[in-house]
Amino acid sequence: MDQIILQILNGLDKGSAYALIALGLTLIFGTLGVVNFAHGALFMLGAFCTVTLSRILSLSHTVIDESRKDFLGNPLKVEVPYVYDWFGESTGAAIIDWSVPLSILFAIPIMIAIGVAMERGLIKHFYKRPHADQILVTFGLAIVLQEIVKYYFGANQIPAPAPEAFVGSFDFGALIGFDAGAIIYPYWRIVYFCFAMILVGAVFAFLQFTTFGMVVRAGMADRETVQLLGINIDRRFTLIFGIAAAVAGLAGVMYTPINSPNYHMGMDFLVISFVVVVVGGMGSLPGAVLAGFVLGILESFASMRQVIEFLPGINQVVIYLAAIVILLTRPRGLMGRKGVMED
Amino acid sequence: MSKSNLTRRGVLKTGAVAGAGLAVPTYLSAGSHAGFTNAPGDSSVTLGFNVPQTGAYADEGADELRAYELAVEHLNGGGDGGMLSTFSSKALDGTGILGRKVEYVTGDTQTKPDAARASARSMIEKDGAVMITGGSSSGVAVAVQALCQEAGIIFMAGLTHSNDTTGKDKKANGFRHFFNSYMSGAALAPILASNYGKDRKAYHLTADYNWGYTTEEAVRTSTEAMGWETVAAVKTPLAQTDFSSYVAPVLNSGADVLVLNHYGANMVNSLTSAVQFGLRAAEANGKNFEIIVPLYSRLMARGAGKNVAGIFGSTNWHWSLENVAGSKYAGTNAFVQSFGQKYGFPPSQAAHTCYCQTLLYADAVQRAGSFNPCAVSEALEGFQFDGLGNGPTHYRAEDHQCFKDVLVVKGKENPDNDFDLLEIVDVTPAEQVSYDASIFGGELGSCNPGA
Repeated sequence: MDQIILQILNGLDKGSAYALIALGLTLIFGTLGVVNFAHGALFMLGAFCTVTLSRILSLSHTVIDESRKDFLGNPLKVEVPYVYDWFGESTGAAIIDWSVPLSILFAIPIMIAIGVAMERGLIKHFYKRPHADQILVTFGLAIVLQEIVKYYFGANQIPAPAPEAFVGSFDFGALIGFDAGAIIYPYWRIVYFCFAMILVGAVFAFLQFTTFGMVVRAGMADRETVQLLGINIDRRFTLIFGIAAAVAGLAGVMYTPINSPNYHMGMDFLVISFVVVVVGGMGSLPGAVLAGFVLGILESFASMRQVIEFLPGINQVVIYLAAIVILLTRPRGLMGRKGVMED
Repeated sequence: MSKSNLTRRGVLKTGAVAGAGLAVPTYLSAGSHAGFTNAPGDSSVTLGFNVPQTGAYADEGADELRAYELAVEHLNGGGDGGMLSTFSSKALDGTGILGRKVEYVTGDTQTKPDAARASARSMIEKDGAVMITGGSSSGVAVAVQALCQEAGIIFMAGLTHSNDTTGKDKKANGFRHFFNSYMSGAALAPILASNYGKDRKAYHLTADYNWGYTTEEAVRTSTEAMGWETVAAVKTPLAQTDFSSYVAPVLNSGADVLVLNHYGANMVNSLTSAVQFGLRAAEANGKNFEIIVPLYSRLMARGAGKNVAGIFGSTNWHWSLENVAGSKYAGTNAFVQSFGQKYGFPPSQAAHTCYCQTLLYADAVQRAGSFNPCAVSEALEGFQFDGLGNGPTHYRAEDHQCFKDVLVVKGKENPDNDFDLLEIVDVTPAEQVSYDASIFGGELGSCNPGA
């Protein structure tokens, strides 16, 4: 039983990332009708916002320490971050330590700007083109973005640890009546799940309870009628693209302590996220979130040793098998709407 | 009306001969005037450096390329000479190889066997490379080695750790300086026994490809021989990024040691997950839970950050070796000085093995007095040398594998900088990591000079 709960927890945090990326993908598809294969790259760019802020906060000046030697036998050059000089060593260290949560504030405007620039600069020219053209151009853009990141940050992973207060794990099992040590779960993964829930809730609340959101939802349902009412729906959809980029970016920001970021991390999530969107139902925001968690949990269960021993290789195909089964039984996905991508 | 002499049999014969002629790979005829493929001219010789310049191992490939460029500079008499001054063989004198200036071309393996073969083929056919070297993946090394064997070119493997490279897939034209999985297991086992005891239960997570299998087998064999029990061994997909589902059940499996048979991004991610799930701080079976990474790389240790602290592994070489273990490992400081002055940071073990392989090839040609692969091969087989940073080393004739001391290292608790991540715990003597050349099967075959 403890193993089942543990894998459900694992599935929830993995599903959180899938759900956030798929949510952004669905927002873009639902509003603009664009199949955005660069969405994984936005997740990656978010993660590199963290790396960038961490480097900015760690900007240092060099102090020569005559008592220590470097690898060539010369006096050691010690890097002292400027924040130590400005705020004192303990406060400066705390600021650097909290660079991942601080990156949320840093990433939001940057990701919105990137999203808007992407939409205005490139993607708007492909609205009336076939989906195949959109896929090709956005996939190409994803490759360009990841190569740019690789050029500046290298190909290796760059550690971006969680704040010291969230390092380590806690005994989740003891909270729910299991033996001590039966279900150990990392603090940061719980933080990630809670963050994802808040973000999903915020996006839904924005769409549901604001005038802007109401207009966007109306535009998603019937773009032409909304435009006939004199509303500039294109401008709103551009901003939605920026918001979707920010959602993917924030998913990447908070994911950095779970897996050290590298330039390729967006591609690792991209294909699965598309499966999530299709399984959830094209254009369905709740469907994307639901499918994200369902497939995340399924993937976790399929990675259990007992399952792999019984069905070797199932861990690598379970998501796609589930997608086939769901699409055979529910061709529009779990919560798909009639008429979306059916013309 | 004229009568044709064409017969059905004649047309078939002519077609068959012409087809066979066209089908002969062009590298078999390239530069074949001296009885071997790509015989160099009188003024220069071209070497082919085939490293990952894109893809996941691009940073490691960049470090390898730096080392190759440094080796070429030293062979041509530039710089401070690096390890040429400490190398026990004095055949090289800084005037190139056999009086020819050393030039080089580079290829991008992309860490994919197909791409690596294509770039190696291009360097052989178009650029006339007389030797191919490079690495960072055993799959790539095995593929390129086989190509070089067909083409009549010497292959000096870079970073490749699988037993297969000089085991079941060994080739007469291929040589490896880097150590292998068997040696990692043999070097690690005694250190693990002395640090963690002989009553341990291990859980293996293994990358699902050739290198992962041989590493798991080597570590299992060595640790089981000293009394450890293997509780489970789980294969993980090579493309896996989040290992939480694989790591989470470990603590309740009855195991008290986790062995991560992973390299590169797999290693960084699985180790990060293991530390996040509290395995470093956990207790199992009344003992502290331990994690082991059989093959360490400084470049990967940087990716894992603080998570490597206190974790044992093995390496082929480390830039601090001579300072820590003494002058037996002469050459280390000379190379570090040379590399550090030029690039501003110490070399990785990948850079070291690539530099050594270039010097060893050049030295073998010089001693053989010929670029003919068979003469070079003969000069390398059974070659005993010293002064290249690993102490006395033997290039075994039976499988073209180098035998030398192996380093057991541990992640530093408080590293001073990005390059100071590992500390040398022990240096395992070469005799302790040696094995019979026949245990991994495979046939070396005979040397192929090409045309």
